[in-house]
Amino acid sequence: MIEETKMKLKETPKEISRRHVIMLVGAAAATAGMLPRVSLADKAATDAAIKAIGGDGAEMSGITLDLPQIAENGSTVSVGVEVDSPMTADNYVKTVYIFAEGNPNPDVCTLHFTPAGGIARAYTRIRLAKTQNVIALAEMSDGSFKRETVEVKVTIGGCGG
Amino acid sequence: MASAKPRVKVPASAAKGEIIEIKSLISHTMESGQRKDKEGKAIPRKIINKFIVTFNGKEFFSADWAPAISANPFLSFHMRAEESGTMGFTWIDDDGSKYTAEKNLKVT
Repeated sequence: MIEETKMKLKETPKEISRRHVIMLVGAAAATAGMLPRVSLADKAATDAAIKAIGGDGAEMSGITLDLPQIAENGSTVSVGVEVDSPMTADNYVKTVYIFAEGNPNPDVCTLHFTPAGGIARAYTRIRLAKTQNVIALAEMSDGSFKRETVEVKVTIGGCGG
Repeated sequence: MASAKPRVKVPASAAKGEIIEIKSLISHTMESGQRKDKEGKAIPRKIINKFIVTFNGKEFFSADWAPAISANPFLSFHMRAEESGTMGFTWIDDDGSKYTAEKNLKVT
């Protein structure tokens, strides 16, 4: 019994250190691979799309954008979006646009809400080609905009093949 | 591709004024147009690009989808239950095909 415990104690630090090394190497490789891939051209396309809608002066609050920090599989990433709004006939969320800055095309989806929805909340699953920012832009019934950005680290991209 | 099979989940009944969650799923490859086949030729895009939801014939929620929506697209959203009726779902494919589903809701 004691012998066993001793052996375990001896073994444990060794296992942890081995695991640590693997994790560190993996993280370093992942970071090295990720950084240069976020190109400015993608961000420019997204900014242009947002500007075309009229949302370039959006307020940076009022949206909850729920995405995982790390997505292992970029071909299906859960995304939840909720916009603060009473959803009454004269004050509601009209449209929510989702953009992915680092995809071949920044458009992901456009959700059209009405006051009959009662709440401006939706969940879906999206493809992300690589580590990037995902942006939600909400157009309110009074013509104002709200915006939120979340960065998602993608382990395996989900667009090409 | 096998024909798209829609699946929707709507509560059978709800109290008047209650906000209900509706879940929708349809089997579809959502071919993005970004992939290449074995010979290196681009596989043409074929996705569902539009999803429309009505209640008693009146549209209350819709979505435009780009190729960045995952295969077998899932979408959940909400409706304030005000009266009993029928919820209608329509998915529109790039090739013009329409896939539909219907569910009844009883409001008490």
